[in-house]
Amino acid sequence: MAYKIVEKRQLVPDVHLMNIEAPDVAAAAKPGQFIILRIDEEGERIPLTIADYDVDEGFVTIIFQEMGKTTKQLAKMAAGDELQDFVGPLGKASEIEKIGTVVLVGGGVGIAPVYPQARAYREIGNKVISIIGARNESLLILEGEMKAVSDELLVATDDGSKGHHGFVTDLVKELLDGDEKIDRIVAIGPPIMMRAVAGVTDPYDVETIVSLNPIMVDGTGMCGGCRVNIGGETKFACVDGPEFNAKDVDFNLLMSRLSLYRKEEMESLDTYKKGCGDDCKCQ
Amino acid sequence: MSITQEMPEQPADERIHNFEEVALGYTEEQAMLEAERCLECKTPKCVEGCPVNIDIPGFVSKMKEGNFEEAIGVIKKTNTLPAVCGRVCPQEEQCEKLCILGKKSEPISIGRLERFCADREREAGVKDPVVAESTGKKVAIVGTGPAGLTAASDLAKAGHSVTMFEALHEAGGVLIYGIPEFRLPKAIVKEEVEYIMKLGAELKVDYVIGRIKTLDQLEDEFDAVFLGTGAGLPKFMGIEGENLNGVYSANEFLTRVNLMKAYRFPESDTPIKRGSHVIVVGGGNVAMDAARSARRLGADEVSIVYRRSDEELPARREEIEHAKEEGIIFRLLNNPVRILEGENMSVNGVECIKMELGEPDESGRRRPVAVEGSEHVIDADIVIIAIGTSPNPIIFDGSKGLEVTPWGTIVVNEAGVTSLEGVCAGGDAVTGAATVISAMGAGKQAAETINDYLSK
Repeated sequence: MAYKIVEKRQLVPDVHLMNIEAPDVAAAAKPGQFIILRIDEEGERIPLTIADYDVDEGFVTIIFQEMGKTTKQLAKMAAGDELQDFVGPLGKASEIEKIGTVVLVGGGVGIAPVYPQARAYREIGNKVISIIGARNESLLILEGEMKAVSDELLVATDDGSKGHHGFVTDLVKELLDGDEKIDRIVAIGPPIMMRAVAGVTDPYDVETIVSLNPIMVDGTGMCGGCRVNIGGETKFACVDGPEFNAKDVDFNLLMSRLSLYRKEEMESLDTYKKGCGDDCKCQ
Repeated sequence: MSITQEMPEQPADERIHNFEEVALGYTEEQAMLEAERCLECKTPKCVEGCPVNIDIPGFVSKMKEGNFEEAIGVIKKTNTLPAVCGRVCPQEEQCEKLCILGKKSEPISIGRLERFCADREREAGVKDPVVAESTGKKVAIVGTGPAGLTAASDLAKAGHSVTMFEALHEAGGVLIYGIPEFRLPKAIVKEEVEYIMKLGAELKVDYVIGRIKTLDQLEDEFDAVFLGTGAGLPKFMGIEGENLNGVYSANEFLTRVNLMKAYRFPESDTPIKRGSHVIVVGGGNVAMDAARSARRLGADEVSIVYRRSDEELPARREEIEHAKEEGIIFRLLNNPVRILEGENMSVNGVECIKMELGEPDESGRRRPVAVEGSEHVIDADIVIIAIGTSPNPIIFDGSKGLEVTPWGTIVVNEAGVTSLEGVCAGGDAVTGAATVISAMGAGKQAAETINDYLSK
């Protein structure tokens, strides 16, 4: 089977958006779920959270950052090219219900999976406050889209080039210390950011949900490669998650397991670059 | 009485450096000599021992005439996956166990002969089968392991419009992700799957039932459904250190190696950790496959840690012997109690306790009992847990009314019918982890049941 890339755009340096033709996946997709793709016969299977989907047009939107071999190879593909495999939707959907005021926190490329959740929370009548962050202004994605689905949008950049000068956690703390009652916080981004958010919200007794991103192979619960420790119990993120209560997550284990193949990932990228030629931008 | 023909094999010191097939198959001369040994019994016991009841004397007599084309025709009447079965069936417990020659001498090597016929046909190029006239009935097959493939081929032969749904990117189930290349070359599985598609069955890969569609939706869209979803959920031991870096389920380890071709990394993109000291926990075929794969990935020392003794090892004798020839160490009557942590949350050894066998338990096997104070540490940087699997519950998500046991296996009657009308199930999804051929037998039974149901 083949899955056509119907649109591709670069959002900011190293971050790309793709719409993939996959009508069955689009029809079944819900916020919080993810897909697994494989570029070609020699390719590995990588998980990416669903950033959006269009049931009528039959496509699923993914947003990814160039990190290693597979994402760099993916970044070089163009509209009209085809992916060998595109499996989904996988994982449990977010539990989106009417609860009052929800704060959605997206860090870096993690803003992408936050977007459909913000929209869904708003559509059923919640007040949505969104906090998005990046290292600097030029790396901030989906600001306009997030603004359109939020009652209030706050921006943080590490270098202060836009919005609050500092981390998204500072803004989370400000909100929690403010007068407004916050009913739930959803934070998605690098593990270090999610751990920091968990640390900030812990003393406040506000439900905090994070979306975990461990290494995955099949994504259907048959291997346990994605296992995480949730409140002392082993869970498979691909079927039991990927969303969990932040206070129960063993982030140290998650981060250590994410680093398992660092050496092999470098080797794979080096091999790829060597085969790419001198004029290639991945050099 | 002439003795059985041994099959040529790759020598152990060579084969531990590659993933190519260990057993090389009979030559034509050997196949003919072996076929000659068959007495062609009037009431052949061997056929009773075959879960899909191949007409064994029938195909062997064609072989004696040198008519291999007709021989494979006889096999394919009841078995669509002969190249697979000839390789991975435990014939010593099935057809060959009941062979009359086995009473005084050695039984006929039925598996090797079946394999020879299938390989011979494949080398010559398999002829396209005749597609049956359509009945207009639609059947969904969920899962394309041995049970699903068998059910699909029988139902396609009966003229039903068959659609196979597979969650992974390739069909074959455990034949593709579980059993290694050196026991079952993947090209063979692919060709057998293609043959089933030539019978008219459609294959949808990357299609997870329970996620894209629920079972309820399938029931609405199809006249009948067969669930052959297997037992793909790995069991862990629940001991300390099981989430450390370097601890794999056998399913993950074998999926990376077999399905994703991690042994070819970095030519293929999926990595795998190559340890120097590997411990595999468990004593079944899966444990043997994992241990032998780890050896081929270059480990200096690979050990099987099993809590009972040699006699109780559930793996096929042939696989145990192959593993021993390849230098796999068997640490029997041994059980891991915790996995030790080294640098960066990675594995640094396994603490085991010695066991002794006590009274038989309800399964009739002697219960292993820990010997107090016998704890000792075995060096390890990779640990592979191969203590079994149970059915994956994802298939039931969003569906109502399918009866399952407390162990998660699907409840069926002797005809393979579940608690839902028009829905059959078979294979590991019903029995828990068992053998390829028993799954095929169940697929065959369910296909018959569905056929009857659709003819009403």
